[in-house]
Amino acid sequence: MKPTFWHRVDKFARDLTPFALTFILLVIGAIPFHIPGFAQVAPLLPMIGIYFWAVYRPDLMPSAAVFLIGLLHDFLSGLPVGVSALIFLMVQGAALAQRSFFFGKSFVIVWIGFVFVAAGALAMEWVVLSVVAGEFIHARTALYQFGLTVAIFPVLSWMFTRWQQAFLQVE
Amino acid sequence: MNDRERSISRIAAPVRTFAQRFAYIGLIVTAAALMLVGKMEPAAFERARAHVTDAVAPILDAVSRPLDVAHDMIGEGKTLLALREENARLRAGQDRLLQWQAIARKLETENKALRELLNFVPAPDTKHISARVIGDSGGAFARTMILNAGSRDGVRKGQAVITGAGLVGRVQEVGLRSSRLLLLSDLNSRVPVVIESSRVRGVVAGTNGETLRLVHLPPDVVAAPGDRIVTSGHGGALPAGLPVGVVSVVGESGIEVEPFVDPARLEVVQALDYGLDGIIEFKAGRTEKSR
Repeated sequence: MKPTFWHRVDKFARDLTPFALTFILLVIGAIPFHIPGFAQVAPLLPMIGIYFWAVYRPDLMPSAAVFLIGLLHDFLSGLPVGVSALIFLMVQGAALAQRSFFFGKSFVIVWIGFVFVAAGALAMEWVVLSVVAGEFIHARTALYQFGLTVAIFPVLSWMFTRWQQAFLQVE
Repeated sequence: MNDRERSISRIAAPVRTFAQRFAYIGLIVTAAALMLVGKMEPAAFERARAHVTDAVAPILDAVSRPLDVAHDMIGEGKTLLALREENARLRAGQDRLLQWQAIARKLETENKALRELLNFVPAPDTKHISARVIGDSGGAFARTMILNAGSRDGVRKGQAVITGAGLVGRVQEVGLRSSRLLLLSDLNSRVPVVIESSRVRGVVAGTNGETLRLVHLPPDVVAAPGDRIVTSGHGGALPAGLPVGVVSVVGESGIEVEPFVDPARLEVVQALDYGLDGIIEFKAGRTEKSR
């Protein structure tokens, strides 16, 4: 039986949600919370979205979408254009490369994988930005940012998993 | 699936994987190329940035309002608790301020009289444009904020942004209804200043850390902790005399300046429209703008 028009629209809308959710994380990351020092160490939420969907539903998060998220992140956060796009693509690439390894493994393994990927990505970002700036830049806040990003990963993962179970079942 | 379809998919699958990989590498190269373009021509993405910020500004504006209210309520509670001490402190402060007021009045009349004697050309009138901070998204590596006022409100690139306590930074990009504020602490921030007491010129540079660095001082200049740093107005970018910070540490590694304004708690700021030309052009021969 051929799927009806509305069926396809519905599926399309659902398939768009991983990108939409990651975009929402991007905007949340830009809201001022007025907590002293928080803006500098605020977790890199979009990175979590990109990693999660690369591991669990790579078909719904193509590289072009990751690139777009990265670009928007650069525009919003005032970073040199291209930096986050590059970093997020690397996160996706690393997650995709290890995807078969993660398959069927427990959540903790996926989390540990994220710890390594996030560490690599932030280190890479620091190197790239230092090269662009022509000097070594302060990295201490990035360490806290790394810690918070890793710490919030399970929470967002749980929410994404629930979302996936509710709306993105493979037919 | 019949044989024909199967054979197509047998060919199509590797082709698709190849295309995907190719797209991935292409995007990485594009990202790197964008960075290179941005490095060579810093103004290249200004318009795109302003458009994106403009597009997201209404969302940020809406979301940040309740947060501001919550923040204000917490602040209110704290104030109520500290009311008695605050009152005593203010009473003591008021006496001191009244003395200062008397002195200021005297100096003002004296100044006016002297200006009349000299035919002094006064600085142009200032307009204040108040704006709310609606975005604070720098992360670990950038120190910028998004304001909810843009070109339609009179904000222009290069304007000084202040609070009552002093200079916060300056406007880096302007969209129609939003603008980006480059904080003093950003790595790319350079502000021409003078040491208030000795009138020695220098530049306050951001480090991405909490303190600022005072650089480009003439040799054998002594700065002491506690010296106030104010803008010099050189280069035509910022008006003179805005308080920036105090010298906190003078050491081997340089002079550190503690800014007067803590950006973490900023909710409302003011952009100053002095009618000045704006940002310094960092191009050979154009640094000194003739007015």
